[in-house]
Amino acid sequence: MPQQIPVVDYLELGDRPHLRARECTACGALYFDRRNACAKCFGTEFTARALSNHGRLRAFTFVHRVKRPFVSAIVELDGGGVVKANLLGVEDPEQITPRLPVVLETYAVGTDDEGTEAIAFGYRPQGGEK
Amino acid sequence: MSSGDVWIIGAAMTPFGRFADKDLLDLASEAAMGALADADTSMADIGILAMGNVYEANSHNGQRLQKQIGQTGIPVYNVVNACATGATAVRVVMMSIAAGECDSGLAVGVEKMGKMGMLGGAAKPRPDKKVYQPKGRYGSVLKTEGVLGTGLMPGVFAMAGMEYALEHGVTATHFAKVAQKNHAHSTLNPLAQYQKEFSLEEILSAEMISYPNTLPMCCPTGDGAAAVVLVSDAKLKTLDPDVRRRAVKISASVMTSDPWSKSGQVQPDVNTLTRQAADMAYEKAGIGPQDLDLVELHDCFATAELLHYDNLRLCPPGGAGDFIDSGAPWRDGSIPVNVSGGLLSKGHPLGATGVANIYEVVTHLRGEAGARQIPGAKVGLTHVIGLASACAVHILEAGVRR
Ligand SMILES: [Zn+2]
Repeated sequence: MPQQIPVVDYLELGDRPHLRARECTACGALYFDRRNACAKCFGTEFTARALSNHGRLRAFTFVHRVKRPFVSAIVELDGGGVVKANLLGVEDPEQITPRLPVVLETYAVGTDDEGTEAIAFGYRPQGGEK
Repeated sequence: MSSGDVWIIGAAMTPFGRFADKDLLDLASEAAMGALADADTSMADIGILAMGNVYEANSHNGQRLQKQIGQTGIPVYNVVNACATGATAVRVVMMSIAAGECDSGLAVGVEKMGKMGMLGGAAKPRPDKKVYQPKGRYGSVLKTEGVLGTGLMPGVFAMAGMEYALEHGVTATHFAKVAQKNHAHSTLNPLAQYQKEFSLEEILSAEMISYPNTLPMCCPTGDGAAAVVLVSDAKLKTLDPDVRRRAVKISASVMTSDPWSKSGQVQPDVNTLTRQAADMAYEKAGIGPQDLDLVELHDCFATAELLHYDNLRLCPPGGAGDFIDSGAPWRDGSIPVNVSGGLLSKGHPLGATGVANIYEVVTHLRGEAGARQIPGAKVGLTHVIGLASACAVHILEAGVRR
């Protein structure tokens, strides 16, 4: 198996890939990026928290006028966290219903000149898993 | 005794469009000198200049403008605040007058974008060897646009619209009706970048940019400038009766940024800051949405306008789809919205937009809007929002005729 690296550091690879957020220890606010202080409560301590791989679709758009059209989605994760990623396996806006249940899926999105694979994540409607 | 009110006594804008033969300062000068002439004043009387511009914000365009229209040693503020840049320039002048630092000021907004494309951004040259290296606060090893969703304007405003659509049963047709209205309105505005009507069918079947927004549901890029002259209440009292008669009162001027929200880090929240700005403005002015004769709101995309019907309390919560269906925001409806053609058709030279929508409302309140005049307009609201985010709402009232 080739060397792998996540496209963003809040994606944890391994046996069970999942997202990991920085959680404010004072108020529980979740951040995918490093923060100097919490934007909600101004606290300065954070701990790592694993987020659920299941969630519900909150918003989407089919992006055209680009080389490879894609579907962008906002997903509310079960148990907390809101994330943006591509929606996979959906061809038509008519297939999308309010609060559609979705599941995280990872896939290789590119390879660098040293053979390392970049692993991205997206969400696929539940029941539509590969 | 001064009331502390601040008044607009001069307003002007250039046509919006693409002007290869004019540079940024030509456009800014045209608007600035237009507003000064409209106010029957000159740079000799101006105590502060605020210049709003986005793309060339590090060029000190306020001072460069002075070299074209008058160098008098007054303080100049160069401001940039996303799509709220022009409105921010107006507020800088207003706050200076309210603080008693001066009694008369000039705010200018200008942008020269040309035909820069919508989803733009030229690619950087590639290094010889590609080796994934985590960068920035997300530790990203590659450009995530298109890989982890979209963060570009068309997609962001499309997703904001679809969130509302999923929640309230709004359809792609509802959003298209917004564009149909604004393009129809623009046929009466000689200053608009486009003055062409589209049928609903033409809009729905046009090239898809970011579902549900098709090409005529996205604002164009372009060039343009707008300017306003503001004075204190005390100063107004000393001016010519013709200037006083045409003066328009700033009954509320509010600026907000986006408060923390659970989803804000992945999906800019264009709603909360607009709601907060609108509510504060209505309270400050003692005016409700039902009192408005016209609204110029930030329709950068058709989806955005529909959301802002709700955010600005023009319709009951969740009722934006019914609101456009009812015809209420058409120029002959109960609350005309974007009778200028809006950003969708009038155009959106970023720095100019937040001044130009004030120009539009002022012109109606003075009864000088010609073919597109809303008859008897006495009260109007302007709204701009830029991602980051910044929002400004102004409520303007016709002066007492005296
Ligand atoms: Zn916190």
